Amino acid sequence: MAVQSSFKNMTICLFAICIVCSSLLAGVYALTKEPIDAAARAKNEAAIKEVLPESAVTIEEERTVDFEGASYAYNLAYDAQGNTVGCAVNVAPVGFGGPIAIKVGFDMNGVICNTKVLSQAETPGLGAKCVEPAFSDQFKGWDPAQKDLAVKKDGGDVDAITASTITSRAYADGLLLATKVFQAIGQTPMPLTEECDAPVIPSEVEESNN
Amino acid sequence: MEEQKMGKFQLITKGLIKENPTFVLLLGMCPTLATTTSAINGMSMGLATLFVLVLSNMAISLIAPYIPDKVRIPSYIVVIATFVTLLQFVMQAYVPDIYETLGLFIPLIVVNCIVLGRAEAFANKNGVVDSALDGIGIGLGFTLSLTLLGLVREILGSGSAFGFKFIQGDGILAFVLAPGAFLALGYLIVIFRKLTSKKAE
Repeated sequence: MAVQSSFKNMTICLFAICIVCSSLLAGVYALTKEPIDAAARAKNEAAIKEVLPESAVTIEEERTVDFEGASYAYNLAYDAQGNTVGCAVNVAPVGFGGPIAIKVGFDMNGVICNTKVLSQAETPGLGAKCVEPAFSDQFKGWDPAQKDLAVKKDGGDVDAITASTITSRAYADGLLLATKVFQAIGQTPMPLTEECDAPVIPSEVEESNN
Repeated sequence: MEEQKMGKFQLITKGLIKENPTFVLLLGMCPTLATTTSAINGMSMGLATLFVLVLSNMAISLIAPYIPDKVRIPSYIVVIATFVTLLQFVMQAYVPDIYETLGLFIPLIVVNCIVLGRAEAFANKNGVVDSALDGIGIGLGFTLSLTLLGLVREILGSGSAFGFKFIQGDGILAFVLAPGAFLALGYLIVIFRKLTSKKAE
């Protein structure tokens, strides 16, 4: 403690520390920005691949659709021949500990291929189990036209997580919302992009009950 | 020379038992209770704190002589916060999975009293090497305690250890939740005290 606590000394000291620290942070931020973005992109892409049918090869860039006053992001996917084979919709229903971001993949019949939790803040050991296959695997191949997307307690077909009705309810609501959004996507005319000639999505989701 | 070495070695070992931050000093309880839902989570939190502790101890022991007494706390906090933010960037970039599990608790290392406590009590009076060793010692003590607590809670609460499940089913759910954290920590402190007091006699 050799330095005297005069006003001048204190000002110089704090100023110097802040300058050094902030320039250090700026440097590291610039260095890590790219890996951070890449990690986020890779994660998103892996999640899309995971929820879509296996035939999906090319994944189109993210688009948004407006549904009931809110905007939802989705990605279309094509197989090797360029046919639209699936669509991944992002929804974020509110669970027990905040929004649960879920990616929901549909095939072109409106059947849910798979779901994937992107982020959640549910109670560990209870609601956080929504990421485990024991719960989420029941939605693989779930046809919303046949089975009701509500927990069994509410008269639906979804097996809830033990002691986590709120999380399970939110999950089911999220998938129901995603189904509606998917139908809304089917009814919206495709915006023309330069590279691809307006992929046609069948809008008759309800009709194809095979 | 021999004695000198002994002293340096003791700097590390004292953090493990005599001045164990979790079981003896009872410092940094917030991350201790919140992140130890599993052994891996506890260990990651401990290692993250260890990293910050060593770097901040070294940096503070270097700059302490040039800092006026009245602004030392804000200066230390800025230094610690810088290292924590660096760690956050690096983890986000290279180990995004662990970063996601620890989430909120990484920024909270800034206000972990162990880090500021070591800066105040040790680093600003000692040299760089000693401060680094002190940081390693206390950090290892913290890491081991958190891993142990996480392991106990994971075994009782989820029936698994380090993610490997050995019992079918759920285990005692309460141990994964907050009440179990207090219970497990309380009993671990009792056991720790019992063992160390025997040694002292």
